Amino acid sequence: MELKATNISFKYPSAKKYLLKDVNLELDNNKIIGLIGDSGSGKSTLCKILSGYVAKFEGSVTFDGQPLPTKGFKPVQLIYQHPEKVMNPKWKMEKVLAESWDVTDEALKEFGIQKSWLTRFPQELSGGELQRFSVLRSLNPNTKFLIADEMTTMLDAITQVQILESVLKIVKERKMGFLLVSHDMDLVETICDDKIYLKDINGV
Amino acid sequence: MADKSKDVSSIYSPIANMNLRTKTLLTIGLTVFILVAVVITSLFINSADITTNFNAMNQPPSFEHLFGTDWMGRDMFTRTMKGLGLSVQIGAGASILSSIIAIILAFVGSINSKLDSFIAWLVDLFLSVPHILLIILISIGLGGGAFGVTMGVALTHWTSLTRILRAEIKQINTSEFVKLSQRFGKSKIWIAKKHILPLVITQIIVGTILIFPHAIMHEASVTFLGFGLSPHEPAIGVILSESMKYLATGNWWLALFPGLALLIIVLLFDIAGENIKKMLDPTSANE
Ligand SMILES: Nc1ncnc2c1ncn2[C@@H]1O[C@H](COP(=O)(O)OP(=O)(O)O)[C@@H](O)[C@H]1O
Ligand SMILES: [Mg+2]
Repeated sequence: MELKATNISFKYPSAKKYLLKDVNLELDNNKIIGLIGDSGSGKSTLCKILSGYVAKFEGSVTFDGQPLPTKGFKPVQLIYQHPEKVMNPKWKMEKVLAESWDVTDEALKEFGIQKSWLTRFPQELSGGELQRFSVLRSLNPNTKFLIADEMTTMLDAITQVQILESVLKIVKERKMGFLLVSHDMDLVETICDDKIYLKDINGV
Repeated sequence: MADKSKDVSSIYSPIANMNLRTKTLLTIGLTVFILVAVVITSLFINSADITTNFNAMNQPPSFEHLFGTDWMGRDMFTRTMKGLGLSVQIGAGASILSSIIAIILAFVGSINSKLDSFIAWLVDLFLSVPHILLIILISIGLGGGAFGVTMGVALTHWTSLTRILRAEIKQINTSEFVKLSQRFGKSKIWIAKKHILPLVITQIIVGTILIFPHAIMHEASVTFLGFGLSPHEPAIGVILSESMKYLATGNWWLALFPGLALLIIVLLFDIAGENIKKMLDPTSANE
């Protein structure tokens, strides 16, 4: 499987200059790639384009040779840095999970999610606990490619490693593609097979 | 010494010690109780029981006739209670219909952006025409009576709730959790039902209650002007317009008490609405 970005150029309507210019990127499920860049360099924006979150851009994004689908479940899912923003504050966690897929007990255990957390509201869980839910939720069986945008930046070192190990285990089991976005060089060195610097592929 | 006595009094004074939430709940309970009591009382008053009694015509207020009697010797307190019950019933019908219209328009707008612009235009159109005029036209057009007035009031009072709901829904639609829901392949209708509706239910409840006072006042005014309920109905508007003829003869109580009672009912709905808003609003929840 292949996620391919060709000649991506993008500028926010409010901005004067292009943020991304002629970016080319080819990702597959054989290698885990780390995308590195300074804060504000446009990593999150590129992730949103790659996952079909942003629709108005120049260039093209294809998944297995096809444009990203506009309807139905999106095969390229994005995990956000701030899990609390992607959860309805009035929903209990079991409902939050079920919105994506019927999570198995095995998967709950793998991510260290306690059964008692399922009946709580998002406000009643810590950032690390919420991020476990956010990650597990994105691992719907129909997800083919996972993009993690600084997903562990807000967490302590131990939680960070725990969550990443669980994700990588499932990613390898299901032969999914995985892109890790980070500004943490050490983390990328230990986890990824290869690394890409955004400034090297960005032609602005 | 003085300090100590002050402490003691505040410990033993239950009202001073109540937190805001308890006070709010008490206010809601009390207002709702009075309103329900009025409606139930009015249901037990049979219009046939409001008999004419020519031995007790034009009597000023007394212990026997709290609100006095009219020119046919009918007890004004009984007539007023019956009228208030009718007012609340029509107010309820009109408010609920209004908010159903508002909910439908707001949600249709959130699903289809072309219809949304049309709805925005419709709201502005209805707001630019004086309510009372529109109510009279609709009421007459639909043959008058309880049905005509209820529809007239319902069809003119959906605008403010529609505005509130549209703004609220727009904001929820830009939230990250709604966008993610779309990425999980959920339809707009699914999102409207599961995400948006539970988040705006507070606004819907409060909005509906806050339409009540307007609905009641407008029904009474239109009826007073002779375009609403028929003169045979025991409505406050009818009582007031009849009383006008007798004001000149000095029967001040005929208009004063029914008018005041209507005002109190309207105020009670306003108080209930504002307090329910306070209670349901999460930002004031931990006071
Ligand atoms: N919605 C937006 N509208 C306008 N500018 C934005 C928006 N989102 C991000 N930016 C700007 O684009 C630049 C890149 O942002 P981002 O892609 O989040 O960078 P990174 O993830 O690498 O830190 C920043 O300068 C940021 O201020
Ligand atoms: Mg970022």
